[in-house]
Amino acid sequence: MLGIEFGRAPGLVGRSGGRAGAHGHEEWNDLGDEIAGEAAAGDCGPLPNDEAVLARLKAGDEAMFALVLDTWSPGLHRLARGYVSTDASADEVVQDTWVAVIRGLDGFEFRSALRTWVYRILVNTAKTRGSREARTIPSGGLFAGEFLSEDAGPTVDPGRFQPGEGPGAGSWLHPPTAWPSPEGAAIARETRQRIAQALTELPERQRIVVALRDADGWSAEEVCEIMGISAGNQRVLLHRGRAALRTQLEDYFPSGRAASEGVSA
Amino acid sequence: MKALTCQELVELITRHLEGALGPAEEARFAEHLAGCRGCDRYLAQFRRTIDALGHLPVESISAGTRDHLLDAFRTWHAR
Repeated sequence: MLGIEFGRAPGLVGRSGGRAGAHGHEEWNDLGDEIAGEAAAGDCGPLPNDEAVLARLKAGDEAMFALVLDTWSPGLHRLARGYVSTDASADEVVQDTWVAVIRGLDGFEFRSALRTWVYRILVNTAKTRGSREARTIPSGGLFAGEFLSEDAGPTVDPGRFQPGEGPGAGSWLHPPTAWPSPEGAAIARETRQRIAQALTELPERQRIVVALRDADGWSAEEVCEIMGISAGNQRVLLHRGRAALRTQLEDYFPSGRAASEGVSA
Repeated sequence: MKALTCQELVELITRHLEGALGPAEEARFAEHLAGCRGCDRYLAQFRRTIDALGHLPVESISAGTRDHLLDAFRTWHAR
Protein backbone atom coordinates (compact mmCIF):
# COMPACT_ATOMS: atom_id res chain seq x y z
CA MET A 1 0.00 0.00 0.00
CA LEU A 2 1.18 3.47 -0.77
CA GLY A 3 1.12 5.45 2.43
CA ILE A 4 0.52 8.90 1.08
CA GLU A 5 -1.91 11.40 2.47
CA PHE A 6 -4.00 13.80 0.49
CA GLY A 7 -2.54 17.22 0.76
CA ARG A 8 0.91 15.79 1.27
CA ALA A 9 1.71 13.94 -1.90
CA PRO A 10 4.00 16.05 -4.04
CA GLY A 11 2.58 16.62 -7.46
CA LEU A 12 -0.72 15.01 -6.58
CA VAL A 13 -2.43 18.04 -5.13
CA GLY A 14 -1.88 21.61 -6.10
CA ARG A 15 -2.44 23.25 -2.77
CA SER A 16 -3.45 21.96 0.62
CA GLY A 17 -5.47 23.50 3.39
CA GLY A 18 -8.31 25.93 2.97
CA ARG A 19 -11.94 25.52 3.85
CA ALA A 20 -13.31 22.14 4.80
CA GLY A 21 -14.50 20.33 1.74
CA ALA A 22 -12.14 22.17 -0.57
CA HIS A 23 -8.82 20.43 -0.56
CA GLY A 24 -7.10 21.94 -3.47
CA HIS A 25 -8.29 18.99 -5.52
CA GLU A 26 -10.81 21.24 -7.12
CA GLU A 27 -8.11 22.82 -9.18
CA TRP A 28 -7.17 19.67 -10.97
CA ASN A 29 -10.70 18.29 -10.75
CA ASP A 30 -11.97 21.24 -12.66
CA LEU A 31 -9.09 21.05 -15.03
CA GLY A 32 -9.78 17.40 -15.71
CA ASP A 33 -13.30 18.27 -16.82
CA GLU A 34 -12.30 21.09 -18.99
CA ILE A 35 -12.40 19.49 -22.38
CA ALA A 36 -11.53 22.45 -24.50
CA GLY A 37 -9.67 24.43 -21.89
CA GLU A 38 -6.35 25.97 -22.69
CA ALA A 39 -5.53 27.94 -19.57
CA ALA A 40 -2.72 27.24 -17.20
CA ALA A 41 -2.40 23.50 -17.56
CA GLY A 42 1.07 23.71 -16.09
CA ASP A 43 0.33 25.17 -12.70
CA CYS A 44 -3.06 23.67 -11.96
CA GLY A 45 -2.12 20.07 -11.41
CA PRO A 46 -0.64 17.05 -13.08
CA LEU A 47 -3.36 16.18 -15.57
CA PRO A 48 -4.04 18.10 -18.75
CA ASN A 49 -7.57 18.25 -20.15
CA ASP A 50 -9.48 15.10 -21.11
CA GLU A 51 -8.84 15.38 -24.83
CA ALA A 52 -5.11 15.65 -24.33
CA VAL A 53 -5.08 12.80 -21.81
CA LEU A 54 -7.08 10.56 -24.11
CA ALA A 55 -4.96 11.36 -27.14
CA ARG A 56 -1.81 10.45 -25.26
CA LEU A 57 -3.32 7.27 -23.86
CA LYS A 58 -4.45 6.18 -27.31
CA ALA A 59 -0.95 6.88 -28.55
CA GLY A 60 0.34 4.42 -25.97
CA ASP A 61 1.97 7.02 -23.72
CA GLU A 62 2.88 4.95 -20.68
CA ALA A 63 3.93 7.91 -18.56
CA MET A 64 0.48 9.42 -19.03
CA PHE A 65 -1.19 6.14 -18.13
CA ALA A 66 0.96 5.88 -15.00
CA LEU A 67 0.04 9.45 -14.06
CA VAL A 68 -3.69 8.86 -14.45
CA LEU A 69 -3.37 5.55 -12.62
CA ASP A 70 -1.51 7.10 -9.69
CA THR A 71 -3.78 10.14 -9.52
CA TRP A 72 -7.11 8.31 -9.47
CA SER A 73 -6.35 4.94 -7.89
CA PRO A 74 -6.42 6.15 -4.24
CA GLY A 75 -9.93 7.57 -4.65
CA LEU A 76 -11.02 4.46 -6.55
CA HIS A 77 -9.55 2.26 -3.86
CA ARG A 78 -11.39 4.15 -1.11
CA LEU A 79 -14.66 3.85 -2.95
CA ALA A 80 -14.11 0.16 -3.67
CA ARG A 81 -13.27 -0.53 -0.04
CA GLY A 82 -16.84 0.27 0.95
CA TYR A 83 -18.23 -2.50 -1.24
CA VAL A 84 -15.90 -5.36 -0.41
CA SER A 85 -14.59 -6.77 2.80
CA THR A 86 -10.81 -6.64 2.42
CA ASP A 87 -8.10 -4.39 1.04
CA ALA A 88 -7.07 -7.21 -1.27
CA SER A 89 -10.56 -7.39 -2.76
CA ALA A 90 -10.61 -3.62 -3.18
CA ASP A 91 -7.30 -3.89 -4.97
CA GLU A 92 -8.81 -6.41 -7.38
CA VAL A 93 -11.84 -4.20 -7.98
CA VAL A 94 -9.58 -1.28 -8.86
CA GLN A 95 -7.51 -3.54 -11.08
CA ASP A 96 -10.59 -4.86 -12.91
CA THR A 97 -11.75 -1.27 -13.32
CA TRP A 98 -8.53 -0.17 -14.97
CA VAL A 99 -8.52 -3.21 -17.24
CA ALA A 100 -12.05 -2.27 -18.35
CA VAL A 101 -10.92 1.33 -18.80
CA ILE A 102 -8.01 0.28 -21.02
CA ARG A 103 -10.34 -1.85 -23.14
CA GLY A 104 -12.87 0.95 -23.38
CA LEU A 105 -10.49 3.78 -24.28
CA ASP A 106 -11.14 3.48 -28.02
CA GLY A 107 -14.85 3.81 -27.47
CA PHE A 108 -14.78 6.76 -25.06
CA GLU A 109 -16.90 9.54 -26.52
CA PHE A 110 -16.72 12.47 -24.09
CA ARG A 111 -20.31 12.03 -22.99
CA SER A 112 -18.93 12.64 -19.52
CA ALA A 113 -15.63 13.67 -18.04
CA LEU A 114 -13.02 10.93 -18.31
CA ARG A 115 -12.73 10.65 -14.56
CA THR A 116 -16.51 10.36 -14.14
CA TRP A 117 -16.51 7.53 -16.66
CA VAL A 118 -13.70 5.72 -14.84
CA TYR A 119 -15.46 6.08 -11.49
CA ARG A 120 -18.72 4.80 -12.95
CA ILE A 121 -16.94 1.68 -14.14
CA LEU A 122 -15.53 1.27 -10.64
CA VAL A 123 -18.94 1.54 -9.02
CA ASN A 124 -20.41 -1.07 -11.35
CA THR A 125 -17.45 -3.39 -10.91
CA ALA A 126 -17.49 -2.98 -7.14
CA LYS A 127 -21.23 -3.59 -6.91
CA THR A 128 -20.95 -6.83 -8.82
CA ARG A 129 -18.01 -7.94 -6.75
CA GLY A 130 -19.63 -6.82 -3.50
CA SER A 131 -22.82 -8.74 -4.11
CA ARG A 132 -20.79 -11.80 -5.02
CA GLU A 133 -19.06 -11.51 -1.66
CA ALA A 134 -22.52 -11.07 -0.16
CA ARG A 135 -21.20 -8.35 2.06
CA THR A 136 -23.96 -6.65 3.99
CA ILE A 137 -23.91 -3.95 6.60
CA PRO A 138 -23.55 -5.95 9.82
CA SER A 139 -26.96 -6.11 11.48
CA GLY A 140 -25.47 -5.07 14.78
CA GLY A 141 -23.49 -2.36 13.03
CA LEU A 142 -23.20 1.29 13.73
CA PHE A 143 -26.44 2.45 12.28
CA ALA A 144 -28.68 -0.56 12.58
CA GLY A 145 -31.94 0.05 14.34
CA GLU A 146 -31.09 3.67 15.01
CA PHE A 147 -33.05 6.71 14.10
CA LEU A 148 -30.90 7.28 11.04
CA SER A 149 -32.28 6.04 7.78
CA GLU A 150 -30.55 6.48 4.48
CA ASP A 151 -32.42 9.54 3.30
CA ALA A 152 -35.28 10.56 5.59
CA GLY A 153 -35.89 11.58 9.18
CA PRO A 154 -33.85 13.57 11.69
CA THR A 155 -30.05 13.30 11.74
CA VAL A 156 -29.76 14.12 15.42
CA ASP A 157 -31.45 11.98 18.05
CA PRO A 158 -34.77 13.78 18.80
CA GLY A 159 -34.28 12.86 22.45
CA ARG A 160 -31.56 15.50 22.65
CA PHE A 161 -34.05 18.33 22.15
CA GLN A 162 -36.89 19.57 24.29
CA PRO A 163 -40.10 17.92 23.17
CA GLY A 164 -43.53 19.43 22.74
CA GLU A 165 -44.91 22.59 21.19
CA GLY A 166 -44.35 25.21 23.89
CA PRO A 167 -41.61 27.79 24.30
CA GLY A 168 -38.23 26.12 24.27
CA ALA A 169 -39.44 23.15 22.23
CA GLY A 170 -36.77 22.06 19.79
CA SER A 171 -33.97 23.60 21.88
CA TRP A 172 -31.02 21.52 22.98
CA LEU A 173 -31.72 19.42 26.04
CA HIS A 174 -28.38 17.64 25.70
CA PRO A 175 -26.20 19.99 23.69
CA PRO A 176 -22.93 18.72 22.25
CA THR A 177 -20.05 18.79 24.70
CA ALA A 178 -16.54 19.91 23.89
CA TRP A 179 -14.23 17.57 22.00
CA PRO A 180 -10.52 17.26 22.70
CA SER A 181 -8.47 19.87 20.91
CA PRO A 182 -7.78 18.89 17.31
CA GLU A 183 -4.25 20.20 17.58
CA GLY A 184 -2.74 17.16 19.24
CA ALA A 185 -1.23 14.81 16.66
CA ALA A 186 -2.55 11.73 18.46
CA ILE A 187 -6.11 13.08 18.53
CA ALA A 188 -5.95 14.05 14.88
CA ARG A 189 -4.70 10.59 13.95
CA GLU A 190 -7.36 8.83 16.02
CA THR A 191 -10.03 11.06 14.53
CA ARG A 192 -8.99 10.10 11.03
CA GLN A 193 -8.84 6.41 11.82
CA ARG A 194 -12.24 6.52 13.43
CA ILE A 195 -13.74 8.46 10.53
CA ALA A 196 -12.14 6.17 7.96
CA GLN A 197 -13.68 3.14 9.65
CA ALA A 198 -17.09 4.76 10.15
CA LEU A 199 -17.12 5.85 6.52
CA THR A 200 -16.98 2.24 5.34
CA GLU A 201 -20.03 1.50 7.48
CA LEU A 202 -22.31 4.23 6.16
CA PRO A 203 -25.24 3.21 3.98
CA GLU A 204 -24.06 2.85 0.41
CA ARG A 205 -25.29 6.04 -1.22
CA GLN A 206 -24.27 8.21 1.72
CA ARG A 207 -20.86 6.60 1.70
CA ILE A 208 -20.29 7.26 -1.98
CA VAL A 209 -21.41 10.88 -1.75
CA VAL A 210 -19.35 11.63 1.38
CA ALA A 211 -16.27 9.87 0.02
CA LEU A 212 -16.39 11.72 -3.28
CA ARG A 213 -17.31 15.13 -1.90
CA ASP A 214 -15.41 15.34 1.38
CA ALA A 215 -12.60 12.84 1.05
CA ASP A 216 -11.78 13.29 -2.64
CA GLY A 217 -12.94 16.87 -3.18
CA TRP A 218 -15.34 16.26 -6.08
CA SER A 219 -17.88 18.95 -6.91
CA ALA A 220 -21.58 18.47 -6.23
CA GLU A 221 -22.22 18.48 -9.98
CA GLU A 222 -19.77 15.67 -10.63
CA VAL A 223 -21.27 13.55 -7.86
CA CYS A 224 -24.76 14.07 -9.26
CA GLU A 225 -23.50 12.98 -12.65
CA ILE A 226 -21.75 9.82 -11.53
CA MET A 227 -24.66 8.74 -9.34
CA GLY A 228 -27.47 9.97 -11.54
CA ILE A 229 -29.16 11.86 -8.70
CA SER A 230 -30.58 15.35 -8.28
CA ALA A 231 -28.73 18.18 -6.57
CA GLY A 232 -31.25 18.07 -3.73
CA ASN A 233 -30.83 14.34 -3.23
CA GLN A 234 -27.06 14.66 -3.32
CA ARG A 235 -27.21 17.28 -0.58
CA VAL A 236 -29.51 15.18 1.59
CA LEU A 237 -27.23 12.15 1.35
CA LEU A 238 -24.18 14.30 2.04
CA HIS A 239 -25.78 15.89 5.08
CA ARG A 240 -26.97 12.60 6.51
CA GLY A 241 -23.62 10.93 6.00
CA ARG A 242 -21.72 13.80 7.60
CA ALA A 243 -24.13 13.95 10.53
CA ALA A 244 -23.78 10.20 11.13
CA LEU A 245 -20.01 10.51 11.11
CA ARG A 246 -20.12 13.44 13.53
CA THR A 247 -22.19 11.28 15.85
CA GLN A 248 -19.59 8.53 15.58
CA LEU A 249 -16.86 10.95 16.63
CA GLU A 250 -19.01 12.22 19.47
CA ASP A 251 -19.56 8.73 20.77
CA TYR A 252 -15.86 8.09 20.47
CA PHE A 253 -14.41 11.08 22.25
CA PRO A 254 -14.29 10.57 26.02
CA SER A 255 -15.86 13.93 26.72
CA GLY A 256 -18.66 13.21 24.28
CA ARG A 257 -22.32 12.76 24.88
CA ALA A 258 -22.16 9.31 26.44
CA ALA A 259 -19.76 10.47 29.11
CA SER A 260 -21.65 13.63 29.92
CA GLU A 261 -25.19 12.36 29.94
CA GLY A 262 -25.05 10.83 33.36
CA VAL A 263 -24.33 14.20 34.88
CA SER A 264 -26.11 16.70 32.74
CA ALA A 265 -29.66 15.29 32.58
CA MET B 1 -40.60 35.34 10.54
CA LYS B 2 -40.52 32.53 13.09
CA ALA B 3 -37.09 31.90 14.60
CA LEU B 4 -35.31 28.62 13.93
CA THR B 5 -35.13 26.02 16.66
CA CYS B 6 -31.92 24.13 17.38
CA GLN B 7 -33.55 20.98 16.06
CA GLU B 8 -34.29 22.74 12.78
CA LEU B 9 -30.89 24.36 12.49
CA VAL B 10 -28.92 21.11 12.68
CA GLU B 11 -30.73 19.87 9.57
CA LEU B 12 -29.81 22.98 7.58
CA ILE B 13 -26.06 22.87 8.06
CA THR B 14 -25.05 21.25 4.80
CA ARG B 15 -27.35 23.55 2.86
CA HIS B 16 -25.74 26.45 4.71
CA LEU B 17 -22.23 25.21 3.90
CA GLU B 18 -23.17 24.66 0.26
CA GLY B 19 -24.57 28.17 -0.04
CA ALA B 20 -27.97 26.67 -0.83
CA LEU B 21 -30.04 28.54 1.74
CA GLY B 22 -32.12 31.46 0.53
CA PRO B 23 -31.28 34.91 1.92
CA ALA B 24 -34.12 34.84 4.46
CA GLU B 25 -33.20 31.35 5.66
CA GLU B 26 -29.56 32.30 5.81
CA ALA B 27 -30.43 35.29 8.00
CA ARG B 28 -32.45 33.12 10.38
CA PHE B 29 -29.60 30.65 10.48
CA ALA B 30 -27.05 33.34 11.36
CA GLU B 31 -29.34 34.91 13.93
CA HIS B 32 -29.91 31.65 15.74
CA LEU B 33 -26.27 30.71 15.64
CA ALA B 34 -25.14 34.02 17.11
CA GLY B 35 -27.10 33.34 20.29
CA CYS B 36 -26.77 29.58 20.68
CA ARG B 37 -23.69 27.92 22.09
CA GLY B 38 -25.02 24.42 21.49
CA CYS B 39 -25.60 25.01 17.80
CA ASP B 40 -22.34 26.89 17.43
CA ARG B 41 -20.51 23.90 18.85
CA TYR B 42 -22.52 21.47 16.74
CA LEU B 43 -21.56 23.40 13.62
CA ALA B 44 -17.90 23.47 14.64
CA GLN B 45 -17.94 19.69 15.18
CA PHE B 46 -19.67 19.21 11.85
CA ARG B 47 -16.92 21.21 10.15
CA ARG B 48 -14.27 19.29 12.00
CA THR B 49 -15.79 16.04 10.78
CA ILE B 50 -15.64 17.31 7.20
CA ASP B 51 -12.09 18.48 7.69
CA ALA B 52 -11.03 15.06 9.00
CA LEU B 53 -12.60 13.46 5.93
CA GLY B 54 -10.37 15.63 3.78
CA HIS B 55 -7.26 14.27 5.48
CA LEU B 56 -7.93 10.56 5.60
CA PRO B 57 -4.98 8.23 5.20
CA VAL B 58 -4.85 7.24 1.58
CA GLU B 59 -4.41 3.70 0.46
CA SER B 60 -3.92 2.81 -3.12
CA ILE B 61 -3.33 -0.28 -5.17
CA SER B 62 -0.37 -2.48 -4.38
CA ALA B 63 2.87 -2.13 -6.32
CA GLY B 64 2.21 -5.51 -7.90
CA THR B 65 -1.21 -4.47 -9.17
CA ARG B 66 0.26 -1.25 -10.48
CA ASP B 67 2.92 -3.17 -12.43
CA HIS B 68 0.29 -5.53 -13.76
CA LEU B 69 -1.79 -2.61 -15.02
CA LEU B 70 1.17 -0.92 -16.67
CA ASP B 71 1.79 -4.23 -18.45
CA ALA B 72 -1.84 -4.44 -19.45
CA PHE B 73 -1.66 -0.95 -20.92
CA ARG B 74 1.49 -1.82 -22.86
CA THR B 75 -0.09 -5.01 -24.19
CA TRP B 76 -3.25 -3.18 -25.18
CA HIS B 77 -1.32 -0.62 -27.15
CA ALA B 78 0.89 -3.21 -28.84
CA ARG B 79 -2.11 -5.32 -29.92
